[in-house]
Parts: sequence; C-alpha cells; structure tokens
Amino acid sequence: MRIKTYGWMLIVALMLLAGCATQDSHVLAGGSAVELRSFQTRVFDTTDKHKMLRTTIAVLQDLSFVIDKTDEDLGLVTGTKLSGYQIRMTVIVRPRGDKQLAVRASAIYNNEPIEDPMPYQDFFTALEKGIFLTAQKID
Amino acid sequence: MPLLFVCLFVLSGCASIPKDAFKLSTTSLEDRQLQSRKFSTLDNALLLSSGASVLQDMGYTIDESNVDLGVLTASKKADATDAGQIVGAVVLALLTGSVMPTDDEQKIRICLVLQEALEDSTSSVARITIQRVIWNTQGQIARVESINAPELYQAFFEKLSKATFLEANQI
Repeated sequence: MRIKTYGWMLIVALMLLAGCATQDSHVLAGGSAVELRSFQTRVFDTTDKHKMLRTTIAVLQDLSFVIDKTDEDLGLVTGTKLSGYQIRMTVIVRPRGDKQLAVRASAIYNNEPIEDPMPYQDFFTALEKGIFLTAQKID
Repeated sequence: MPLLFVCLFVLSGCASIPKDAFKLSTTSLEDRQLQSRKFSTLDNALLLSSGASVLQDMGYTIDESNVDLGVLTASKKADATDAGQIVGAVVLALLTGSVMPTDDEQKIRICLVLQEALEDSTSSVARITIQRVIWNTQGQIARVESINAPELYQAFFEKLSKATFLEANQI
C-alpha cells in the first residue's frame, strides 16, 4: 500500500516536470504578465535620459556589476554580477509622455528569470538615491 | 517524508535569489573609494582610449565601449593554476586515491566607468570593477566572483595615469 502511494507521487512529480520541459515552448514564452511588468518598472519626473543612464551604470557598479552592453539611442544598459552566483540585468530607459522617464529592469538569476518583486524594489531604491528623485510605481 | 521529497522535486526549478543581491553593502562607499580615482579632465575619449591601450598592453580584448556614457569593458582568458591547491589535490589523491579537480583557467573581465565629479565640474571620476569565472581541470565552472584587490586597482590607475599624462587622485 505504502509503496504504491510513493509510486503515484513520483509519477505526479515527473508529470509536473514534464509539463514544463518542451524546448521550443521557451522561445516566445513569457510576456503576458502585466504584474511582472509593473514591478519591474518605475517612473521618474525627469526627461534627462543621459543622466538616468549614467546613474543606472553607477548604481550597477555600486552593486558589483560589470557593464556588458550600452546603447544610448535605445536607452539600454546590460550588466553582469558574479558573486558565487550570476545575475544578468537589462535596464531600459524610455520617455513616458513629455515630462517623465520610465525605467524598466529585468534580471536573470543563474538561468532563471527573477519574478520576485523584492530584488527590483531594492534596485529602484538604490537608483532613487543615485538620481535624487522619487521612483513612482505605474498603475 | 515522501511528500517532502515530492515538494523538493517540484520546487527545485525555482532557486531563490540571495536577499542582499540588489542591496548596497555596508562597505559599498569604501569599495567605491578604493575603486575610483579622479582625473582633471572631462575628455571621456582621452581617458577611455588610454584605458583601452593599457588593457591591450595586458592582453585584454575590448568587449564594449561607449564614449558618451563613459563605459569600457574588456576581458581576457588566463591561467588559474594555484600551486598550493595542486599540492593539496596530490596529497588527497595519495591518501584517498580519488582525484580532485583543481583550478585551471580563468576569464577576467574589467569594466572602466567614467562619471563627472560631483563637487568639481572640471574633473572626471574613473572607477573600475573586476570579476572572473574560474574553470577547473575537468572543464567545469569552479567559481564566479568579483575581485576586490586594492593593490590591483592602484596598479591599474598608475598605468592609466602614465598613459594619459594626468595625475590619478584619490577621491
């Protein structure tokens, strides 16, 4: 009886694992989570994209990141942190209306996307201090 | 117990990120000072091209550069064998018969970032951060880490100072 129960549990576990394992399904996966976008994004009352990018780079360096890629036209900065683990983060700064900038950060921890709001909150707290402006959440 | 096993099995895909990964550490101000020097110029191109040639001298190749944002990133592969570690591995192999992999090769990345000095509008602050990945003799990643070594920062800025004919001042 007992062995039968364990057997079923193992099968259930394997089925759960099998459910997320097709290789092609990852190509265009994600992108539907409005909630994820909202905690990855903050709005600042400034239009100085150049300063926002330089501050982002400074904050990433404060957090021990090395900058991998930058593109001012696209408002993009990507960096990597190595500290027993690997975090790769991309920050994109875009104008929002005439008076604001929207800053969106997305990060990968080892090979998993970070979907927990806290790391993003910590990053924006550091960015707020660097740019001397308040980071506002979007609706 | 089996239920716990199943839970672990299902959860194993979602490793959680360390809580302090995006928090400024208590030594972050001190680290910034050690990693930074002030140069009395606002010429990003001069500082970055000098930085690039200093890095080239040491065998680095440039991965990313952006004069407007003041960013230069370079990397190189280098030997990572450590005599002490090999002695340890040999002793262990003699005692137990099992061969332990030792550090073999590393990839080092250096990032140089320029910012305008806050209190002095005629100077730039240059800051470097260094990190590396170490592979062992079995080709597996043994360690990934940031390198915090004030003597390396000092040596780098001495070279940069010579290349730019400008003094590198502590901030």
